Amino acid sequence: MTLLQVDNVTHSYSSKRLLRRRKESEQALTDISFRIEEGTCLGLLGPSGAGKSTLGKVILGLQRPQRGQILFQGHDLYAARIPRKLRRDMQVVFQDSYSAVNPRMTAESIISEPLENYEKLSPAEQRRTVAELLNRVGLSETDAKKYPHEFSGGQLQRINIARAIALRPKLIILDEPVSSLDMVNQTLILKLLNELKSEYGLSYLFITHDIKAAFAISDTLGVLEKGKLIELYESKNQFLTSSHPVVTLMKESILANHPRSRSLPTRTINR
Amino acid sequence: MSTDNRSVLKVKDLHVHVNSSQGMSTLVQDINFELEKGKVLGIVGESGCGKTVTSMSILQLLDRKAMTIDGSITLKGQELNGLREQEMRKMRGKDIAFIMQNPMSAFTPVFTIGEQFVETIKSHTAFNTKQAKELAIEALLNVNLPDPAKLLAKYPFHLSGGMLQRVMIAMAACLHPAVIIADEPTTALDVHNQLLVLRHLDQIRADYGTAILLISHDLGVIAEMADDVVVMQQGRIIEAANVFELFDHPQHEYTKTLLNARLQLPF
Ligand SMILES: Nc1ncnc2c1ncn2[C@@H]1O[C@H](COP(=O)(O)OP(=O)(O)OP(=O)(O)O)[C@@H](O)[C@H]1O
Ligand SMILES: Nc1ncnc2c1ncn2[C@@H]1O[C@H](COP(=O)(O)OP(=O)(O)OP(=O)(O)O)[C@@H](O)[C@H]1O
Ligand SMILES: [Mg+2]
Ligand SMILES: [Mg+2]
Repeated sequence: MTLLQVDNVTHSYSSKRLLRRRKESEQALTDISFRIEEGTCLGLLGPSGAGKSTLGKVILGLQRPQRGQILFQGHDLYAARIPRKLRRDMQVVFQDSYSAVNPRMTAESIISEPLENYEKLSPAEQRRTVAELLNRVGLSETDAKKYPHEFSGGQLQRINIARAIALRPKLIILDEPVSSLDMVNQTLILKLLNELKSEYGLSYLFITHDIKAAFAISDTLGVLEKGKLIELYESKNQFLTSSHPVVTLMKESILANHPRSRSLPTRTINR
Repeated sequence: MSTDNRSVLKVKDLHVHVNSSQGMSTLVQDINFELEKGKVLGIVGESGCGKTVTSMSILQLLDRKAMTIDGSITLKGQELNGLREQEMRKMRGKDIAFIMQNPMSAFTPVFTIGEQFVETIKSHTAFNTKQAKELAIEALLNVNLPDPAKLLAKYPFHLSGGMLQRVMIAMAACLHPAVIIADEPTTALDVHNQLLVLRHLDQIRADYGTAILLISHDLGVIAEMADDVVVMQQGRIIEAANVFELFDHPQHEYTKTLLNARLQLPF
């Protein structure tokens, strides 16, 4: 069943503050259409500045698009009244983990905020849930009382992930969710997301620049460039065989996985 | 340890303690390494092992009220640990530049990119505003940012994550400092921009002898750039080796696990 349907979405940031005289606006998204089926993951790739985060914000209801429609579980997200349950069913992990959290809240209160809003748990149950969530993202119960500035970049990223999965929503918009994680923790998080997907039918919009991570979790793949969804693949195999210039450039830019196969011009010293 | 003049940055017996809401604890201990002119030293290690704390202590950016930094950090022979903030500020950006892990926190939201970029250049050079602006534009082009003049008029929140990260890299590289500390410099970049930025940093290194302390969880970045690598775990250095040695003959169990966890692509 289709969980999310994006139809002909066009969005531009008005730039009145930018250039006071001209009333020019920059088009960030042009005529975007795609669907995410229940229990599947759409991996979204594309150059920096292409509009990936903007698309995420539009889907989350944070940036009203100029044109187009977004249907989540059949409801128009920008209609006058939307059921409260819909908000609960869509969660997010923002690209910038620092501005996504309130610096004056402990990890425990950050993670339990959605639980408090939507689920009436006893304090003991809530504490247990938070501890369990911390464990699942590779942190420990003793981290519960710490504040955002007392965490490392990757730890804070995982706290944001714990918050997003707390309610076990239907859709999570994950904007570069593993960008700050070492390979061991990255594997842990990708495994966790895959488990939630297969066990509870969670769906994801997985925004990433990391082709390997996209491959590890996505069912379908899209490529956004300059605000346009230039490619949409039903399978990962189609991406592999694609000869679109943007995709080819991506594949050619993948870094060496051993110093022997370095590609940087002045670094290819033989040893 | 050698005292020859190729050594630009030397960290000796670094220990960092914090007095936080959780009481006293040690964040990093027994950190020793040396960075030579024109060389790249990689730092890898699990999330939370102390990479950022190490770089922030070199730059003397840790909150001095809550943290104690013990040990010696010398930049071209000059002791940085405990240096007055006023002195340190003269060196940051000019002699030792920092590419922060979180691009947003490197900028003030209330000033345009141009105002911040030009101010940084002017505070370290004898350039006038026009010259500083020209240098900024050239620096932005070097990191593949299109339309730099227009970009300078924007505010930080107008830029995407990867655009802001590239602005920060441009700022760090444009004054050709003796040392660049790059803390996860390509986390927001697509593979093509990542390659262009690494090429640019490598060019600065080759042309001006800039030494780079490169923190990255991306083993591809390390494989491409590093001469030597240190591996950290729980606040300590557990292994240090030439990059070829490390990839071919990892000694420590954790290093082996890390290398084995690399995701493979079907092409
Ligand atoms: N608040 C804003 N006001 C004006 N322009 C904006 C704003 N946010 C983003 N933009 C512009 O919209 C375009 C797309 O930005 P977006 O953040 O969606 O890119 P992205 O694909 O997520 O890039 P990255 O991979 O670097 O994070 C960019 O040109 C950016 O400058
Ligand atoms: N101000 C602070 N107060 C208390 N603990 C702190 C503080 N800053 C950092 N820490 C702790 O110190 C340890 C090292 O943090 P650091 O930011 O150096 O990790 P890192 O290696 O950079 O990790 P990442 O790869 O996730 O960015 C972490 O366990 C973190 O929780
Ligand atoms: Mg983005
Ligand atoms: Mg860090």
